[in-house]
Amino acid sequence: MIDFAFFLEIIPVLLAGLPLTLLLTTASMVIGFFLALLLALAQQGNRRIVIWPIRAFVAVFRGTPLLVQIFLIYYGLGQFRPSLQAIGIWWLFREPYWCAIVALSLNEAAYGSEILRGAIKAVPRGLTEAATASGMSKLLTLRLIVLPLALRNAIPNYTNEIILMVKGTSLASIITLMEITGIAQGLISQTYRAVEVFVAAGAIYLALNFAIISALNALETRLTPYRVRA
Amino acid sequence: MTNIMHILGFQQGGWGAALLAASSVTLALSVLGFILGAALGATAAAGRLSPRRVPAWLAHVYGTVFRGVPDLLTIYLLYYGGSIALTQIGTLFGSDGFVGLPTFATGVLAIGIISGAYQGEVYRGAYQAVDRGQFEACKALGLSRYQSLRLVIVPQLMRHALPGLGNVWQLVLKDSALISVIGLVELMRQAQIGAGSTREPFIFYVAAAALYFVIAVVTASVFRFSEARAWRGMVHA
Repeated sequence: MIDFAFFLEIIPVLLAGLPLTLLLTTASMVIGFFLALLLALAQQGNRRIVIWPIRAFVAVFRGTPLLVQIFLIYYGLGQFRPSLQAIGIWWLFREPYWCAIVALSLNEAAYGSEILRGAIKAVPRGLTEAATASGMSKLLTLRLIVLPLALRNAIPNYTNEIILMVKGTSLASIITLMEITGIAQGLISQTYRAVEVFVAAGAIYLALNFAIISALNALETRLTPYRVRA
Repeated sequence: MTNIMHILGFQQGGWGAALLAASSVTLALSVLGFILGAALGATAAAGRLSPRRVPAWLAHVYGTVFRGVPDLLTIYLLYYGGSIALTQIGTLFGSDGFVGLPTFATGVLAIGIISGAYQGEVYRGAYQAVDRGQFEACKALGLSRYQSLRLVIVPQLMRHALPGLGNVWQLVLKDSALISVIGLVELMRQAQIGAGSTREPFIFYVAAAALYFVIAVVTASVFRFSEARAWRGMVHA
């Protein structure tokens, strides 16, 4: 009943989209992480003029669909081609590839900044006070005490974020990028075998998620060896 | 500026009314999908909590697959898979064209299946958060299993479930934009149509984003209100 030959045929075709899925995920996670860190740190002070625009940015990017954000950046900004060309960043918004990365990174920056803000808040106050008492500067405290602890605590939440990002990259297929989901859609309309293609593409995504979860769990265990109980 | 007012206005040739109508489609799609998801999620949670292996395993697979696979892929599976089956049935009756599934129903089904996977986790966690003593008290009072669920467990479970359900609702609302890919004219699709015919994509996608944002903010307050209601009579620590 199950047509193994068909699976053997489509799995390599689908896997050809894996590098693009991985590339989009990695690029957007890395850029998004650094933006998120900047946004989270900028909110540590209490200057309203800094905090207010960041809160607005976070609320907008978390409160609207990713697809709208992608379309706004890819099609919407395309309307301003002459101005974008004038300031020399048109190359960025001309390519669907860069547009997808810009949209995914900004989206991730919004979600990630909230995770990091929470993680920084969760660092016990006594530790920063102890650092100040030891004569450490603010920057040194941040670098040696606050950030290592905050980032370590953020790992479980970031694991979820990476999984969401892997899923989010599938939207790039709507602006013509042939990653796994894009290829899957093409295969379905060619072969008319939606269930088989879904099973094969789904298996690739689940394997990818499993690998990511295992890797980050291992990282967390390594960074918090005292928490592991036999 | 006058141009924007003209395009998004409600007069002849303005797109305001179409965008608002599409917003109500988005809202209806999301609400119905969320309700279907609640039923599927409750079933999945019951499966996960069951001491029997098969239901527990099935519920686990359901949750893992639909939370792990891109929602777009699930939507393609349901729409194309369903349409292909329908086309084959159609050929039996002498039709020779592609028969597409009704897009609204497919959208509700897709959102229901996806959000059910997330809601299942929420309900399971909430059930486990209910104090054990409550179950024992039900037994002591001689309540039947159904009575104890309806009168004692579910009302208390909802307290713990509501924050999680609020998150799933936000997810559902944003996911509903993906249903545009199968051609349902909801908010996202209507914005695309407007953008295409006026060549003003920026205005339309900003308008769509604003409408999604407003729906998200307004509906979030419904969840906050329900949460306050569910906790009434409880003293906060």
